[in-house]
Amino acid sequence: MLSVLALTSVVLLSLASQITAIVVYTSWEKHALVGSDVRLSCSFFSWHWTSPDVTFSWQYRPDGAKEGISIFHYGGGVAYVDNKGPFRDRLEFVGNPSRRDGSILIKELDFSDNGTFTCDAKNPPDIVGHSSSVRLLVFEKVPVQAGVVTGAIIGVVLGLLILIVAIYYLMRFLVARRVFSLSMSKHGKKGKGKEGTQQKQIPKVPPVFISF
Amino acid sequence: MLAILLATIVLHLTDLIILFISTCANAWRTDGVRNYHLWYDCTQKNGEADCSGTSDADWLQAVQALMVLATIFCLISFIFFLCQLFTLVKGGRFFFTAVFQVLASLFVMSGAIIYTVMSPEVKNDNDAYGYAFVLAWLAFPLTLISGFIYIVLRKKE
Repeated sequence: MLSVLALTSVVLLSLASQITAIVVYTSWEKHALVGSDVRLSCSFFSWHWTSPDVTFSWQYRPDGAKEGISIFHYGGGVAYVDNKGPFRDRLEFVGNPSRRDGSILIKELDFSDNGTFTCDAKNPPDIVGHSSSVRLLVFEKVPVQAGVVTGAIIGVVLGLLILIVAIYYLMRFLVARRVFSLSMSKHGKKGKGKEGTQQKQIPKVPPVFISF
Repeated sequence: MLAILLATIVLHLTDLIILFISTCANAWRTDGVRNYHLWYDCTQKNGEADCSGTSDADWLQAVQALMVLATIFCLISFIFFLCQLFTLVKGGRFFFTAVFQVLASLFVMSGAIIYTVMSPEVKNDNDAYGYAFVLAWLAFPLTLISGFIYIVLRKKE
């Protein structure tokens, strides 16, 4: 009975690892300022343990180009960075393959670095899977996102309004309490009388008039 | 007396409606079949509207915020007016109503001025200002007059 259970579980696991493929994760878009450094992160999910033969490879396709070029490869425990292409001397491997992190760091960005970076990870025997792409956008000045300024202005003004109203009522409350505690013995009866007459008035549409 | 009250209320409600339409309608500029600003950029194609968001420009977001704030303040001042109508002492002035209405008029004035100064140049003959822009400029003097009326208005009897 136990052996049957063990056998079925092993068979299921092996089947599962064949059905599910490796899944590679990168960011969707990266915004960066010209001249700064940007870290492109790449990770993967796989049912297998991280193999010592795990490989990471990065490809770069400029905006408008049809083909991409290889700029980074990690395999057999060694990282190979670009030494001929557009990222020569600017690329650094900052990932940790044993923790499934294949991130790279690109330094001193320029406007010509706009494009799509594709990360492909392989974890033998789990080699079937899609690669993932991250778009790099290089700006001179980071743009304000839609709605941030709008929301900020509305929030600040309404917040100030609520603050002023709260302070006003707080001041009134405090003054009323101080006055109340100081002159409670003298005006106690007078206050009760005034309240009674006010409550008896029938509310109706009051007329208004203009006076300067 | 009742006539003054009714006229004031009608003016205030007209202001509110104009501000709502000007803020919510997406017709500050038109270019033939295309109407854009304040919120979307829509083009009419065979009866269908093909819309995308407007640019992220800071001045446009400021105009959006100011128009929304003007509408909110006009609404608050109307609620205050109805409140103060029943709770004000005799001979009292509608101070808070006036303050909020004047603030609303200042906000709509700032929004209309910023839009007029910063909106892109007229590109061709069809490019013109839309009705929402005209309504925004109309809302400014109406709300200002309404605010001044509330400053001089007193509760009688």
